[in-house]
Amino acid sequence: MAGKSGRVISAEQKFSLNKFLFRWETFLVIVFIAVNIMNITISNRYWSVNGLFNATNTFLCVAFLTLPMCFVLLIGEIDISVGSQVALSAVILGVSFNAGCPMWLSLIIAVAVGALCGLLNGIILVTFHELNPMIVTLGTQILFRGIAEIILKDQATGGFTSVKWFSKLYWGKVGGVVPIMFLVFVVCAIIFGVVMHKSTFGRRMFAVGSNQQAAKYSGIHIPKMRIIIYTLAGLFSGICAIFVAAQMGSARPNIGTGYEMDAIGMCVLGGVLTDGGKGNFIGAMIAVFLLGFLEYGLGLVNISSNIMMVVKGVLLIFAVMVPNLKFGKLHKRDSETV
Amino acid sequence: MKKIFGLVLCLTMTASLLAGCSSKTDNTSSNKAKTPTTAATTGGDGYATTATYAIIVKSAGNPYNQKESEGYKQVIEANGGKCVIQEPKSATAEDQITCINNAISQGVDCIAIAANDTDALEPALTEAKNQGIHVLSLDSATNANSRKVFVNQAGTTQIAQALMDAILDISGGSGDWAVLSAASTATNQNAWIDGMKTVMQDSKYSKLNLIGVYYGDDEYQASCDQTEAILAADPNIKVICAPTTVGIMAAAKVLQDKGLSGKVKLTGLGLPSEMADYIGDDDQHSCPYMFLWNPIQLGNLAAYASISLVNGTITGAADQSFTVPDKTLGDNGSYKITAAADGGTEIILGAPFKFEPSNIAEWAKVY
Repeated sequence: MAGKSGRVISAEQKFSLNKFLFRWETFLVIVFIAVNIMNITISNRYWSVNGLFNATNTFLCVAFLTLPMCFVLLIGEIDISVGSQVALSAVILGVSFNAGCPMWLSLIIAVAVGALCGLLNGIILVTFHELNPMIVTLGTQILFRGIAEIILKDQATGGFTSVKWFSKLYWGKVGGVVPIMFLVFVVCAIIFGVVMHKSTFGRRMFAVGSNQQAAKYSGIHIPKMRIIIYTLAGLFSGICAIFVAAQMGSARPNIGTGYEMDAIGMCVLGGVLTDGGKGNFIGAMIAVFLLGFLEYGLGLVNISSNIMMVVKGVLLIFAVMVPNLKFGKLHKRDSETV
Repeated sequence: MKKIFGLVLCLTMTASLLAGCSSKTDNTSSNKAKTPTTAATTGGDGYATTATYAIIVKSAGNPYNQKESEGYKQVIEANGGKCVIQEPKSATAEDQITCINNAISQGVDCIAIAANDTDALEPALTEAKNQGIHVLSLDSATNANSRKVFVNQAGTTQIAQALMDAILDISGGSGDWAVLSAASTATNQNAWIDGMKTVMQDSKYSKLNLIGVYYGDDEYQASCDQTEAILAADPNIKVICAPTTVGIMAAAKVLQDKGLSGKVKLTGLGLPSEMADYIGDDDQHSCPYMFLWNPIQLGNLAAYASISLVNGTITGAADQSFTVPDKTLGDNGSYKITAAADGGTEIILGAPFKFEPSNIAEWAKVY
């Protein structure tokens, strides 16, 4: 439909059905359904409520990191130190617990340590704003794990299983069916989704990600925003650490290795652009479950983990390739109309 | 057009990959035999079974682990059971927990696991136990609470003793030496290193000086780097002891590449097929001799122990004994469950086997 001004923006509405079909989230849902159908076909143990909920527990620990990671990617930055933050938080959790702190206090300390790590990232990036976030967080990635290793010297700190309610955080189920962790995740995800798409803060993030200069001149306080987002990433690393510690009943400095890449991978597959400014929270959440169930299904038929990595890799390449394919087509169409 | 072609190509690739995966159909599902007594009575040697057994190794792509799981599978399938092999993508407790959860979902009757971490698997394995699954560990033990029995490839003391004697012999009685281990969290490596430190208390070893323990994380490149670090730390080093198959191979390569084979010698635990080129008595070879057990036999023994647990022949308590049909194992096929140092129980495969220039060629063909 051509507008009164005769400008080409109207072309977007003209192809709205096309746009819907080409929506990345639509594609994800289709792949999600396809993966489930495949899993049901190859294993008759797949389709059980209990099994699926157990499966969610194995990948939701990492998924807690995707929530703030969506924000970080959305403003066009990256945080690859979250895995080490998880390790450091978990180690501090264990150390403070074994030093005599009650478990609830240790948990608060762990989350605080995570948040502090994130805050440090934020402060460094804001103070030296010419630094690349990738390099800074690479540095803190090594730093945080180094501190964790200095504290524990390659040893484990354990005994968490003696606190029954703490183990229940990971292993416990409401009504014997729905894991507590799943409920916590759903609540957090809803909050993050609402903030990203329905709040002023969310709109500002999109603005910053699309064009930082423009956002700056339209009065958005970017440094404050970056500090908040990086601190959030740290805070959720602390929460992730709590669940990982509850899962294993102990903590070691080498836990959480590679979590950052898993989290980024889930976001990217979910359609959050690493360049910033574009992304849909729902997409990222679908991607979390898509990858998780895919891995679970293949694990049920004992597919080697090497093949699993290939499958995940191919999916990720898709995630990067298909939007480009789409933009290429639209671009071509645009140039034809002009 | 090119892009669409690329997309189609990728899709086909994924599809064929998945098709390849799915052809390995779920053979574990229909089979749930949790009636130990009936299964036991049908067996020739008392090892007939219709149950499903899972073996979880340390990581994917580790040849030593593959031999273990082969040995395990061999015995399980020969006796009529179903065997599933789970390989975690990296050698961490977290990835093994995913494998344990997968095994639980598949409804297996028994899990045999080579633990990457002593304590971290306890909650997951307790969950398995609550589902009525028998749990035992092999190669690297879980803590005593989370297993019924540990199938030990060799007594810690036997290995520590053999390695210390080798170091004493190779160094000529005195000098500096270092340990190149796997991950700092690896249960078995740490037990051996502690055992060696205990053996070293004896005055016989008083002239030996341990300069430190280095960790190569069972990764080839990291182990090479750590070997370089040892050489840099102490130019007078005489012997490197690597009680890990990946580590010893990496160290051997570094020593021979640098032409240090005449000066620095190597011993430890290694795979004969990987070490054949490095074992020799002259200055061209860095490793005079090394030790290992037979991982296939370890898998075999673990499988017999698993079936015995499922069939109810043993419970894993100390002082029970059982006999395996393979008379090359143990004391003419007979084994006794003994108390382990960590408070649990264990079954010891036997003393470590010495690989030297005279027998290496023959064993290199085996594994």
